[in-house]
Amino acid sequence: MKKRIAAFFAAILLVFAPVSAASAAETPARPGVTINVYNWGEYLSAGGDGSMNVNAEFTRRTGIRVNYTTFEDNESLYSKLAGGGANYDVIFPSDYMVARLIREKLIQKLDYKNIPNYRYIDKAYRGGVYDPKGGYSVPYTWGVVGIFYNKKYVKEKVDSWKILWNPKYTGKILMFDNPRDAFGIAQKILGYSYNSARSDEWNAAAKLLEQQKPLVQAYVMDQIFDKMSSGEAWLAPYYAGDAVTLVRDNPDIGFAVPTKEGTNFFVDAMCIPAGAKHKREAEAYINFLCEPDVAAANMEAVGYSTPESAARKLLPQEMREDPIIYPPEAVLRKAETYTDLPDDVSLQVDALWAQVKMGGAGQTVTLIAVLAGFLAVYIGVVVFKKIKRKRELR
Amino acid sequence: MKTVSKVYAFLVFLFLYAPIAVLIVFSFNGSATMSRSVWSGFSLQWYARLLQDRMLLEALRNTLVIAVIAAAVSTVLGTAAAVGINGMNRWARRAVMNVTNFPMVNPDIVTGVSLMLLFVAVSKAMGGRSLGMVSLVLAHITFCLPYVILSVMPKLRQMDPNLYEAAQDLGCPPAASFFRVVLPEILPGVVTGLIMAFTLSIDDFVVSYFTSGTTQTLPIFIYSMTRKRVSPEINALSTLLFAAIILLLIVINLRTAKDGQEKTAGKER
Amino acid sequence: MGKAKSAAFPYLVWMVIFILVPTALVVVFAFTDRSGCFTLKNLEGVGRYSNVFLRSIGLGAAATAVSLAAGYPLAYRIARTHARRRNALIMLVMLPMWMNFLLRTYAWMTLLEDSGILNHILRFLGLPAAHMINTQGAVVLGMVYNYIPYMILPLYSVLTKIDRSVIEAAQDLGADGRTVFLRVTLPMSMPGVISGVTMVFVPAVSTFIISRMLGGGSNLLVGDLIDMQFLGSAYNPNLGSAISLVLMVLILICMGIMNQFDENGATEGGVMV
Repeated sequence: MKKRIAAFFAAILLVFAPVSAASAAETPARPGVTINVYNWGEYLSAGGDGSMNVNAEFTRRTGIRVNYTTFEDNESLYSKLAGGGANYDVIFPSDYMVARLIREKLIQKLDYKNIPNYRYIDKAYRGGVYDPKGGYSVPYTWGVVGIFYNKKYVKEKVDSWKILWNPKYTGKILMFDNPRDAFGIAQKILGYSYNSARSDEWNAAAKLLEQQKPLVQAYVMDQIFDKMSSGEAWLAPYYAGDAVTLVRDNPDIGFAVPTKEGTNFFVDAMCIPAGAKHKREAEAYINFLCEPDVAAANMEAVGYSTPESAARKLLPQEMREDPIIYPPEAVLRKAETYTDLPDDVSLQVDALWAQVKMGGAGQTVTLIAVLAGFLAVYIGVVVFKKIKRKRELR
Repeated sequence: MKTVSKVYAFLVFLFLYAPIAVLIVFSFNGSATMSRSVWSGFSLQWYARLLQDRMLLEALRNTLVIAVIAAAVSTVLGTAAAVGINGMNRWARRAVMNVTNFPMVNPDIVTGVSLMLLFVAVSKAMGGRSLGMVSLVLAHITFCLPYVILSVMPKLRQMDPNLYEAAQDLGCPPAASFFRVVLPEILPGVVTGLIMAFTLSIDDFVVSYFTSGTTQTLPIFIYSMTRKRVSPEINALSTLLFAAIILLLIVINLRTAKDGQEKTAGKER
Repeated sequence: MGKAKSAAFPYLVWMVIFILVPTALVVVFAFTDRSGCFTLKNLEGVGRYSNVFLRSIGLGAAATAVSLAAGYPLAYRIARTHARRRNALIMLVMLPMWMNFLLRTYAWMTLLEDSGILNHILRFLGLPAAHMINTQGAVVLGMVYNYIPYMILPLYSVLTKIDRSVIEAAQDLGADGRTVFLRVTLPMSMPGVISGVTMVFVPAVSTFIISRMLGGGSNLLVGDLIDMQFLGSAYNPNLGSAISLVLMVLILICMGIMNQFDENGATEGGVMV
C-alpha cells in the first residue's frame, strides 16, 4: 500500500516538473534517435506494480528511444568495451572500473552543462578517488556489501565473513561470480587491503577461496534472488541494495554487514564511452536519472542508496531510514573502496580467479599428453587400416 | 519384451518432455513473485504482460528478421554453390566440400569467436560502428550455408546430368534451362535447406552471443534473463512458439505425408 | 559444364571472407600479444587450464556414451514400428529441439534443485531427498538432454535402411536374436553410430551454457573459459584465441579418428546422415 502511495506522489511530482521537461526540450538532443544503455541487471525500475517504467518515461518526455541491455559484473562490461564492436551511449561501471576506463581512455569527458541535475548530487559523492576531478562520471547509486541469510536455517549471529567458510552450511552457500568481490571477502578475512599490490597476499586469498569451494553451492550474480528466495541457498554475500527486493520476496531473509572485518563501500556511476554515437542524448538520459523524483522512484524499485539528498527525502519513510540502505556511520567508517589495480596485478587476479573456479592450476604436460594421445590414436587407426588393406590385397 | 520396450520408450520421452511440461505449466502460474517452483493458482497474467513487453517483442522481431534474411540469402547462395560444386572435377569438389564441412565440425563457440574477431576488426576500421543486425545476418548466413549445400547436393547427384545439357542442346539458354529443368528436380532439397536455415537461425544462441554487439535476439534476451530472474513471460512466449510449431508441423505433415520422412531426417542439429 | 562451376564463385568468396579469414585471425591472435608482437606465451598459458580440458573431454565422452546407450534402443524400436507411427514417433524426438535450448535447460534447474520438483516428488513418496543440481552429473544430464536427438536421428535413419531380408536370412541360417543383433544389425548401423557420436561429442565438449546453468559455475568447461576471455570476467582475447585454437585442433583430430571408421567417404555428407 505504501508503495502505491509513493508511486502516486511520484506521479504528481512528474506532473509538476515541467521545468526539467522544458530544459530537456530546449537542448539539441534529437528526439527519435535510439541510445544504447548498458546497465547492471535488476538495476532500473522497469514498471509493474505501480512503479515507474524509467525508460518508457524518458522516451515519453524526450522522444529519445532506449535500447536497454544488461551486464552481470564490471569485468564483463570491461570486456565488451575493450573488445570493441558494441557501441554504447550510457554505461554504469563501479568506482574502480571508472578509474580503469579513464586510464585506458575508454570513456569520455562529460559536458556537465548538459547535466544540470548534477547539482543534486551530494558533495560527499562528488570527485571520488576514482574520478578525482569529476570529469567523467555522475554517481548513480552507492552501497556496501554484506551477507544475506535465511533466518530459518541460520540461527547464529552473522557478523563475520568467516560464516561463509562454516562447513555446517555446506552446499547452501552462494558466492560472488566476479573476481574483485570474491577475492575481497577472502582479503578481509586475512586482514589485507582490497587493493594490495603484493602478489603473495593475492595468492593467499586465492588459497582461502579454494578451501571454500567444496562448501559453495554455486558461483552466481543476480541468480541469488532466485536461489535465496526459494530457500535453495541459505547464505550469500551480495549488495545491500538488494535487501529490499529479497525481503519482499521472502520475509525470512535477513541481511547483515560483517562488522568484525569490515566491508566494501562502492559507488556505481554513469559514464559515456569514448566514441559514443549519441553523446548529447546520453547526457540527457543521465540528467533524467538525476532528476530527484525520477531517482526516488527508481531507487524505490531498485532498493539501492541514492547519492542525492533531495531524492532520499522523496522516498517512503521506512526506506529513507532503513539502516540497511543507509548504514550507520560506524559501518561506513570501516568500509574500504576498491581501486583500480595495476595491469600486472590485474592479470594475476584474472589467472587466480580462473584457477579458483576450475579447482587448481593444471600442468602443460597434461594437455600435451592429451593432444599427443588423440594424435597417436589417429595415426594408429590410419596405420592399422593401411596394413589391413595391404593384407586384403595379398 | 514388448512391454519392456514400451516402458523404455515412455521413459525416454518422459525425459525429453518433462522440462517442457514444467515450462508450459508455469507459464500459467498466478504467483506474483516470478517463482519457478511454487504453484499458486491459474492465471493468464504472464501472457498479458508478454504482449506489453517492448524489449521482448523487439527481440522477437529482430530474430525473425534475421532468420528470414539469412534463410533466403543462404538458400540462394547455397543452391547456386551446390550446382557449381556439382560441376567441378573430383579434386576441386573434394577441396571445396572440406571447406564446407569445416564450420559444421568446428565448435560453435570457435565459429562465434572467430567471426567476432573479424567483425570487430572491420568495425574498428570503419570508425567504431557497433556490431548488430548486419553482423548477425552475415554470421547466420555463414553457418546456414553448409546445411543448405548438403541438403541440395544429394538431389543434384540423383539428377540425370544429361538433362541440363539436353535442354541447352535444344536451344534453351543456360539460365532458363536451370530454372525450367534443374530447379524443379532439386526443389525438395532446396526447400529442406530453406527450412533448416530458418530454424537454425531462429534457434542460434552461441554465434549470436559473440556477434550481436548491442542488438538483442530472442535467445540472447532469454540468456540475459536466465542470469537474473526469469520472468514467466518467457515461459508464456515459448509456450506460444511451441504451439505454433506443433500447428505448423501438423499442417506440413498432413499436406505432404509422403515427403515428410525425408525432410525430418535432414532437419537434425 | 564450365559455366556451372562459376555458380559456386560467390559462395567461395563468402567462405574465404567468413570462414578462412576469421579462422586465420584466431591463429594470429593466439600467437601475438596485446601490442601485436609474436609470442608463444598464450599457448603456454593454455597449459594451466589442462584440468578444464580434461573435464570437458571426460564429461563430453560420458554424455556421448549415455546418449548412445539410451538412444540406440529407442532408435531401434522406432525403426521397427510401422511406417505410419514411425513418423509420429521420430517427430516426437525432434519436437523438443524446436524449443529454445536455454529455456529447456533452465527448466531442468527447476526440476533438479534441492527444493525443486523432483525432490518434492521424492519427499512425497517418502524417499530421502537427493542432491542433484550443481554436480558433474547434472552437467552430463544437461548435455544428454540437449544432444540425444542428434544421436537418435542418424541411428534411426540408418536402422530403417537395413534390409529386413538380411536379418531374416540370418535368422533362417539359425542365428538367435542376440547373434543377429551383434553380427548383423550393429555392424550395419555403424555409420549411424559414428555420426551420432560426433554430433553429440563436438557440441558437448564445447558447450558453455549447460555447465553454467546446471554446474553452478564451479564445473568450468572449455567453453566457459573461452567466454571468460572474450566477453566474461577476464578479458584477454589472445589467450582466448589460443584456447580456441587448441580446442579446434582437438576436435579436428577427433573428427579425423571418426572419419577413419566411416568406410564410405565421410567427407561428403558424413556428418549429415
